[in-house]
Amino acid sequence: MPQALHELKETASQTAGPYVHIGLAPGAAGFDIYRNELGHDIAGPHAVGERIRIEGVVLDGTGAPVKDVLIEIWQADANGIHAHPGDPRSGEVAPGFRGWGRVITDFDTGLWGFDTVKPGPVAGRDGRLMAPHISLWIVARGINIGLSTRLYFFDEAAANAADPVLGLIEQVHRRQTLIASLSLRDGKPLYRFDIRLQGDGETVFLDI
Amino acid sequence: MTKPAAFFQRDRTWHPPALTPDYKTSVARSPRLALLSIENSASELTGPVFGHGDIDPGDADLIRNYAHTGDPVGERIIVHGRVLDESGRPVPGTLVEIWQANAGGRYRHRKDAYLAPIDPNFGGCGRTLTDAAGGYAFRTIKPGAYPWRNWVNNWRPAHIHISVFGSGFAQRLITQMYFEGDPLIQRCPIVRSIPDPRAIEQLIAPLDMNAAVPFDCLAYKFDIILRGTRSTLFENRLEGN
Repeated sequence: MPQALHELKETASQTAGPYVHIGLAPGAAGFDIYRNELGHDIAGPHAVGERIRIEGVVLDGTGAPVKDVLIEIWQADANGIHAHPGDPRSGEVAPGFRGWGRVITDFDTGLWGFDTVKPGPVAGRDGRLMAPHISLWIVARGINIGLSTRLYFFDEAAANAADPVLGLIEQVHRRQTLIASLSLRDGKPLYRFDIRLQGDGETVFLDI
Repeated sequence: MTKPAAFFQRDRTWHPPALTPDYKTSVARSPRLALLSIENSASELTGPVFGHGDIDPGDADLIRNYAHTGDPVGERIIVHGRVLDESGRPVPGTLVEIWQANAGGRYRHRKDAYLAPIDPNFGGCGRTLTDAAGGYAFRTIKPGAYPWRNWVNNWRPAHIHISVFGSGFAQRLITQMYFEGDPLIQRCPIVRSIPDPRAIEQLIAPLDMNAAVPFDCLAYKFDIILRGTRSTLFENRLEGN
């Protein structure tokens, strides 16, 4: 026998289940318990950059909206800086900008949405710039391990074309599943990002 | 802090696959195409940072954090353990959030209609930050088993849902903790979505009499392991060793 590595195994995932709101968004479960529910404000009031709204639905393999999903958001600020000590420029992030949020779907329609600032480009592993994007993590009843994906922006065509992650998607037409469309609502940019768990137009999910 | 090193690759054979037909809801909610594997960039190596300003110390005491007219009904327990990475290093200052049913197996949730009663003094959620050694502790009520719609006679074993962050978004994890000795564990299609019996055993918390408080409450110990950080030997810096 060779020497042992003495590594531990990651705790196995289990579904967040239908009552995930109790733990992560108790107000939505129907009760008020914490002084401060986390994840409601992604960008804070002082962040620079374009204020945008993003909306969408999560569709199952039959095309029905998933009404009990919870999505977490992680993003850089408009200058491409993450609010995390591992980012050498994290000290430049505006007070109140966390870059993280948590949204749930409407129990009747399955629609979700959040307000934030549009992120800037972030350096990739080899120093190549990645197109502006938002990381999403999706959990729900029936999802055994959280699904990771990225949202890119329709109006960043040149940056998207050079993005190292989008470029890894072998079937070129599938890259469109990660690009949010753009319209205006009351003069404010509204991006639409529908996530298809399965079937025609299945969203590209990432093993990160 | 220097730029974080990449995480150990996630062992997808250890986790449940997306499609587990005996857990029926997974059938229409599971991607059919392969995940795209990408190397960690700043977007995956960083993640939200939480502090003591975000939560209150009392949030970790589920016996008291929603008590209105007295303590909740049920078996009083402490659930404690450490959050470690795959190299055995503590993960300090990370947010741990839990949620669960009450002693009768009923959730305080607008969508739960099980006939067991709501406990007016039990909310069923708690949160805390790990200490410098990665340690955490909650005080709560042992949750009850409850029936759920899958087959006509499926019962969830007693369990507590646990959400953990780690230092990077790629470590994000939600799991469930089960209790030693529960005969429902091996009958549960959600538990059995995990293919490796050793991975299931890792979700079962042992009774920990040495952490019990005499004449007050029992205790269960549950360590949570997050993805480790890779060594960067012979790259541009030494890290993670």
